[in-house]
Amino acid sequence: MDVKIRIEDLTYAYGDKVALRDVTMDIPANAITVVFGPAGGGKTTLLRLINRLNDLIEGTRMSGRILLDGKDIYAPATDVIDLRRRVGMVFALPLPLPGTIRENVEYGPRLAGVRDPVRLEEIVVRSLKQAALWDEVKDRLDTPASALSGGQQQRLCLARSLALEPEVLLLDEPTSGLDPISTGRIEETLFELKQRYTIVLVPHSIQQAARVADYAAFFLMGELVEWQPGDMLFTNPRDQRTEDYITGRFG
Amino acid sequence: MNRRYVVQRVGFALLTLAALLVVVPILLVVGTIIVRGASAIDWEFLTAMPRDGMKAGGILPAIVGTVLLTLGTALAAIPVGVGGAIYLAEYARDTWLTRLVRLAIINLAGIPSVVYGLFGLGLFVLFLQFGTSILAGSLTLAIMTLPIIISTAEEALRAVPTEFRTVILSLGGTRWQAVRYVVLPQAMPGIITGIILGLLRAAGETAPILFTVAAFYLPRLPRSPLDPTMALPYHLYVISTQVPGMPEEIKYGTALVLLALVLSMNVVATLIRSYYRRRREW
Repeated sequence: MDVKIRIEDLTYAYGDKVALRDVTMDIPANAITVVFGPAGGGKTTLLRLINRLNDLIEGTRMSGRILLDGKDIYAPATDVIDLRRRVGMVFALPLPLPGTIRENVEYGPRLAGVRDPVRLEEIVVRSLKQAALWDEVKDRLDTPASALSGGQQQRLCLARSLALEPEVLLLDEPTSGLDPISTGRIEETLFELKQRYTIVLVPHSIQQAARVADYAAFFLMGELVEWQPGDMLFTNPRDQRTEDYITGRFG
Repeated sequence: MNRRYVVQRVGFALLTLAALLVVVPILLVVGTIIVRGASAIDWEFLTAMPRDGMKAGGILPAIVGTVLLTLGTALAAIPVGVGGAIYLAEYARDTWLTRLVRLAIINLAGIPSVVYGLFGLGLFVLFLQFGTSILAGSLTLAIMTLPIIISTAEEALRAVPTEFRTVILSLGGTRWQAVRYVVLPQAMPGIITGIILGLLRAAGETAPILFTVAAFYLPRLPRSPLDPTMALPYHLYVISTQVPGMPEEIKYGTALVLLALVLSMNVVATLIRSYYRRRREW
């Protein structure tokens, strides 16, 4: 297993409230790592730290390191913008940007300075196909993105991230508001994407965690209780708390 | 009948009355001005220089003066006001400095307009030696307008959901790109509203231009920003109080022109605003 991201002794706090406590884990390349656990466990914070989206929040403290391909992403020399292009993120709520479907997918490349219409067209087609949205929107690329259904909007947001061809894809409950069919589509998409991308997913249910996890990490109140290959964790957890959670004794 | 129901009835009646009371004065003001001033309005009134000690002829220099002053105010106040608002809403951290800036804005909004006039006289006319000029008057009006523009623009920027900014950042955009491509376009209707409100106030003010630009009687058009000019509000003041034997219809006619100018700006603003609102989708 190739390690794509290594998290070392990571502790993070918003003011006095500790969100992550001494977390150490590896995120393997070309696999889906599921980060799950009850609300308030620090899952979202972990994701937001991996592409430094928390940089703008004031009054936080951090210790430990996050290494992407062996390089500390919080080192002063890191180009944050470049990092965020390499590490894409899809949020819990699908939030299309103002504009058309096409414009939404083009946002990332355009921000990076891509102007060539042929190239942009290629990116739009490829990304929408990868996100399994192409067939549904190919005839109305220039209509407002806000007119899409929730499931389509979420796949659009996925396409928007994929347009940058990131190496890592962070997905924070991407199917939380979606119906089972849309959820199934997105999960299928993830299975295909993991051939080329490293995926970190906060699932919206334990069932989803079990379905898609190559590796799974269980977080409880900011603490990483355990992490191991998904089939092991869900069939034979090492920690009693993990077992209690996945068997539904608390949630 | 249930007592609570009666109370509600009476309450609604009072509230309706209060709402109607707002309409009455505006109808009276506009109605009176139209009825008594409309007869003064003709082509000559709008396009000619005043004659006979302003008792005859037109008010062209005052109209041109007010338009120029409003444009000058816009030129000075919009970049500074919107720029300041972007800084406060998007970049400023909560430090003693930004608190000071906010305090300054609130206090600027509370300063009486005549004090702005004296300030403009001191700073622009005398110290910076712009003289009694459109430049000095515009800058004075701009300072007066700034707090309105800044506070409404800041509010409009803050109303744009944070998530849009986060998304742009997550796509490898900078904070400025988030502002430029998403936040600013989304906030545009609110920002324009603030700008128009501020400029409307500036266009109608008398006190700030009293010492900085307004000419009592200057029957020619200004040739440069350093020229003084007549302006509608001050002209109205002058012909209403300083010139004996002024025909009533000229006073009301002048008021009507000022009113029409201001209201038409309002209409333009509303059009721009609804244009931007149609393009917004959240």
